Amino acid sequence: MDERVTTTEEGPTKKSTVTAKPPPLEVHDLTVAYHRRPVLWDIDFAVPKGRLVGIIGPNGSGKTTLVKACLGLVPLASGWVRCFGKQPSEQRKRVGYVPQRESVDWDFPIDAIDVVMMGRYGGLGWFRKPGSKERKIAGECLRKVGMADYAKRQISQLSGGQQQRVFLARALAQRSDLYLMDEPFQGVDAATETAIVGLLNDIKAQGKTVLCVHHDLQTVTEYFDWVLLLNMRQIVFGPTEEVFTNENLRRTYGGRLNIISDVADAVARKLPDKSKDKWTG
Amino acid sequence: MFNLSSAGWIMLTGALVAGSCALLGCFLVLRRLSMLGDAISHAVLPGIVIAFVLSQSRGSLTMFIGAVALGFLTTFAVQYLSQRGIEGNAAIGVTFTSLFAVGVLLVSVYGQHIDLDLDCVLYGEIAYSPFDTLMVRGHFLGPRPIWINGVLLTLNLLMVGLFFKQFKICAFDPGMAAAVGINVSLMHYLLMALVSVTTVGAFESVGAILVVAMFIVPGATAYLLTDRLGHMLLIAVALGLLSSIVGYQMARWLDCSIAGAMATACGAFFLLAFLFSPKHGVLMRMIGQWQIRRRLVEEDLLLWAWRRRERSHQPHFTVGELGEGQNWAVREALVVAQRLVRTRLLAVSEGAYRLTERGLRYTEDLIRRHRLYESYLYGLGYPTDHVHAPADRVEHHLSPATVAALAKATSDTPLDPHDKPIPPEPPTRKNHE
Repeated sequence: MDERVTTTEEGPTKKSTVTAKPPPLEVHDLTVAYHRRPVLWDIDFAVPKGRLVGIIGPNGSGKTTLVKACLGLVPLASGWVRCFGKQPSEQRKRVGYVPQRESVDWDFPIDAIDVVMMGRYGGLGWFRKPGSKERKIAGECLRKVGMADYAKRQISQLSGGQQQRVFLARALAQRSDLYLMDEPFQGVDAATETAIVGLLNDIKAQGKTVLCVHHDLQTVTEYFDWVLLLNMRQIVFGPTEEVFTNENLRRTYGGRLNIISDVADAVARKLPDKSKDKWTG
Repeated sequence: MFNLSSAGWIMLTGALVAGSCALLGCFLVLRRLSMLGDAISHAVLPGIVIAFVLSQSRGSLTMFIGAVALGFLTTFAVQYLSQRGIEGNAAIGVTFTSLFAVGVLLVSVYGQHIDLDLDCVLYGEIAYSPFDTLMVRGHFLGPRPIWINGVLLTLNLLMVGLFFKQFKICAFDPGMAAAVGINVSLMHYLLMALVSVTTVGAFESVGAILVVAMFIVPGATAYLLTDRLGHMLLIAVALGLLSSIVGYQMARWLDCSIAGAMATACGAFFLLAFLFSPKHGVLMRMIGQWQIRRRLVEEDLLLWAWRRRERSHQPHFTVGELGEGQNWAVREALVVAQRLVRTRLLAVSEGAYRLTERGLRYTEDLIRRHRLYESYLYGLGYPTDHVHAPADRVEHHLSPATVAALAKATSDTPLDPHDKPIPPEPPTRKNHE
């Protein structure tokens, strides 16, 4: 389906001849469906290099699904995603990922530095084992998030904020140019929140690009220079000061902000259980 | 019944089977696929029988192919059913019981024509393994099950060794694994294929039913004993080997089913770990809770004595007064007070107890926590008669960091909501006095 789109419409191959460098992330007329029911549609944006982008929307608006689509982890019903001008599957080493903290089993018998080393697995190929080089990188990344003293700690013995920092350190260990983060601020303490914001700005200062699923509307203008407002379809995408308006928020959250949960519940009820966990959030 | 060398062969067979199963079982346990392992180990039966009927021989390559085919079929069927709205466990239950039943049917239909015995398939007959010898050009090469299970263990060790990082990341965080370019479903099917072939090897020795014990129990036991994946694999394999030896000795002693005794040994080790594991064991948890309860009772006594001293300027108290004040039996009051005398938080002379200097300092810290929390709640808008009870519950458990945060939140107020003084922070006390 990708080929069909790229040949019939203005695909990235044509664009790349015009502009020298393709954008870190380009999403074109994307639709994602679970069991033939669309959960995400009309998604069309290109993220310029070196931006901190917040993905904002109510529960069940498809934020996590969008992140997974950008990583090439869910099948696309139509449209395409390009990372630096190529398929996400061809850019694994340039795209870092921070999944939702709740998505893994924190009782897993593994310590913090081992989790961080997983960020290096992609570069090791099929058979090479992580060694002292990977351990060193992982140690540095733990230090950057203020977790150097916890390297040998089993992960269930860390607080929620510390676990989130371990996940961020793992993404740093990927040494990517584009980061996709799913709710890195979810359930963290104030100190971790400050640490994460500092880290995001460091990443940005290196000319790298970050997309963050975020749900605290209070902090959006403070943390992100661009936003994507999403409620199953793309409401608006652009610089925060231009598009993060009450009018757009009202369009995203369906009138009154306090009916968000009602809407999410109603939508969730319409879908089978199995697909629910994949796309809520 | 057994001579020494055949005893050795039997234990070795059991150890090889248990080692293979335990190794893969760790990943099944960690990926919460225990029941899928159960399903595959049962569902390969029809595959084995069909292959057996077609090839008319045991341990042939066809048999492994049949098993792997059915293993895949099970994995696909379970996945398909659960994606179509059948509840996950029901999908597993439906798939494997149906396939296993078909297998049982096939065995009973073809059982007369071929050398395949239902009892043997279900419960295994490891005792016969030494007599099923492998002869190549007239040379005796040892029992055939040793060769089959030895090759299987080597295969499993090799695969887990080669793909350790893939198995690890796929078990911990499949989403991340896919995002760094690891083929998650390939690893899933590799694991399921290994489970399928390992089951075939285990069939003849421990049987279709008990092989599940070999897969799941050592892994689940090791999970309780360590916080490192590498150690978990080692411990699980060691437990598998140990179960086979202990199980065999038990079977000889009781003159009972060897496979049954081996699986029982697995279960016994699990029970021991569940009760006595240093980190996750029931006993350690009980000891921990008992220690906390003891500390709470002691701290309650100290607090009572401190408040009495503040209220009535009476530093001395008797066990009778203590029992009355705390609503304790005199005997209990005496036991607790004596314990505090031993830890030098209380001093006693001629039946009159008082807080020592150390006891005063210890208790003032508790009072500080209590009153700071009261002030904090009061600041949040709680009425004064609603703040004591919650503070009573949390005062024993607040960490220094939380106390510091409370002090900051209440701007180091010197008085609590009941206008009683809040003891200052210990190191700076001298400056205040």
